[in-house]
Amino acid sequence: MISDRFCKTLLMLIPLLLVAGCMTTHDRLLDMDTSQVQLRSIQSRAFDTTDKEKTMRAIIATLQDLGFMLDRADYTLGVVTASKARADVMQVPAALRVTVTVRPRGEKQLLVRANAEYQRGPVTEPKPYQNFFNSLEKAMFLEAHQVD
Amino acid sequence: MDMSRTLRIRVLLLPGLLLLAGCAAVTLDKDLNLTPEMFAQRQIQTRRFDTTDEQKILKTCAALLQDTGFNIDESETKLGILTASKERDATDAAQWAVFIVGSFFGVAIPPDKDQIMKAFVTTRPVGDSGNQVAVRVVFERIVFDTEHRIKKIEALSDPKIYQSFFEKLSKAVFLEAHDI
Repeated sequence: MISDRFCKTLLMLIPLLLVAGCMTTHDRLLDMDTSQVQLRSIQSRAFDTTDKEKTMRAIIATLQDLGFMLDRADYTLGVVTASKARADVMQVPAALRVTVTVRPRGEKQLLVRANAEYQRGPVTEPKPYQNFFNSLEKAMFLEAHQVD
Repeated sequence: MDMSRTLRIRVLLLPGLLLLAGCAAVTLDKDLNLTPEMFAQRQIQTRRFDTTDEQKILKTCAALLQDTGFNIDESETKLGILTASKERDATDAAQWAVFIVGSFFGVAIPPDKDQIMKAFVTTRPVGDSGNQVAVRVVFERIVFDTEHRIKKIEALSDPKIYQSFFEKLSKAVFLEAHDI
């Protein structure tokens, strides 16, 4: 009798497991939790220049100044990826990864967009991006304009 | 009496350790802001050469890194960049001594075993008419312990390393290296 109940419980567990199997973390592939438009505006700035090479060199120099190591760079695509990781016996290891893209915006401007990832999560608050663009402004000798 | 005293000391030490352990090595607040220390590092890691040939300098850097055992990971000539890395042994006799002594008391920190050393070189034309090329190199290393866990990731900031790199580069390009 008991074993029969046990069997039933076991049988009920199987569909539960199946259901649990359906719950995945795939939804993180195309993270859509923050308003995309708002995030894009936080992550982007326009510069009054059309010199892509100079802009990309300034981005790389800024990242190097900030202590980042370069992971990847492609002039044709206008993409730079760099990361900064530090660890020590007494500190919590941490990693910050940034991808910066450059593309034309209208006839006279370039749009620079930065995406940051910190401790395995996206950075969605405005302040870190503001800091990055402030640093970039200095290397560009140009003002970074907010875009909508 | 004696026991309670050591206990008290330990209890006092614990919050200190927790506080230290609580701070992350990289934070969003400080690591995207330029600081005077970062500019000081740039000074140490950069030299200028009297040439207009940026590509030649970059090529020589690649050759020099190869000579010192690095493998090239990424490069983009148009942007004047080069990254390289190598894996080396990181065994430290002193750490092993501490480890063995520590094991007797039950506080053993696994000693260092391997390390990955990374180099990141950038070149850019400088000067009023672009008649000079500035070269900047940054070295970093990741240290693993005997259990293959990351123990340390640090920037190598000893000025001697950079001095030696630029001396070699200077000899290889037959040009004098100027401070920035």
